[in-house]
Amino acid sequence: MINELILMNGYGVYVWSAFSFTLISFAGLYFVTKLQLSKEQQKFVLKFGSLTSEKARTAKSQSVNKEILSNI
Amino acid sequence: MFKSFEPSKIFAITSKAPKYIFFLFIIFLVVGLLEALVISPEDYKQSDAVRIMYVHVPAAWISLGIFSSIALLSVGIFIFKNKNLALISKSLAPSGFVFNIIALVTGSIWGKPTWGTWWAWDARITSMLILVLFYGMYLLAWRIYENKEQVIKITSMIAILGAINVPIIKFSVDWWNTLHQPASINILSNTSIHVSMLIPLSLMTAAFALFSLLIFLMKYNTELIKVKNKGLDRL
Repeated sequence: MINELILMNGYGVYVWSAFSFTLISFAGLYFVTKLQLSKEQQKFVLKFGSLTSEKARTAKSQSVNKEILSNI
Repeated sequence: MFKSFEPSKIFAITSKAPKYIFFLFIIFLVVGLLEALVISPEDYKQSDAVRIMYVHVPAAWISLGIFSSIALLSVGIFIFKNKNLALISKSLAPSGFVFNIIALVTGSIWGKPTWGTWWAWDARITSMLILVLFYGMYLLAWRIYENKEQVIKITSMIAILGAINVPIIKFSVDWWNTLHQPASINILSNTSIHVSMLIPLSLMTAAFALFSLLIFLMKYNTELIKVKNKGLDRL
């Protein structure tokens, strides 16, 4: 059963390489996108932390900023 | 009409949705892989090589669908002058590009056992290669140009120009004598593919669509936070 699944009547090398390429591409795209998102979130936190208390209050009044901070 | 497209209103949804989409994607992917690699039957002519169809065809469909959406949104950008549509288009492009590459590579792998060659300058393959070039130009333009107005205009022009290629890809198998077979799945007429192969194909298409939605949402959130970062600089 396992041998049949691996060999696939002699087409295993083609089938498994096509599926592997797809899944590796998915993983690569997911991690690159996740990394970019984390970097921007960290940049946002750093910038937010460097604001004066008055500016921070103004920034916090915007709902999107609150959402970003709550998702980190 | 476009008030519902305001970043402040949709960020609350787009920031929470990815975890649920990811969960759904994993379920569809696992069931789809099981169907595609184990349960579905081999083809009477192609034998097990037919299983490559379950990654090749959904990838091609989704890359075409994404590019068509980008082109439509680009028309919207010119008509409504809405910058958020540009952010949506920009966020859609990376997954479309990757799906286009997957379609080309898996098609090439499938070509070897079925046609006896890795590559042929067949109308469908060549038009898909042109599509990947348009995706490349689109993504590159976002990186090269810094002026926001200019980059939105240029990328929209690339997308609208590239949309001419979409019907060529779709009808290439009917217009020219190609190695590819005519479409087996038709929305408006009879579908010639057997249900035992249609099930894994549908499951894998759903999994791929969920993955592209996941990447889109993550990318869109990144773009929105970039906008907010610039907003903090201006405070």
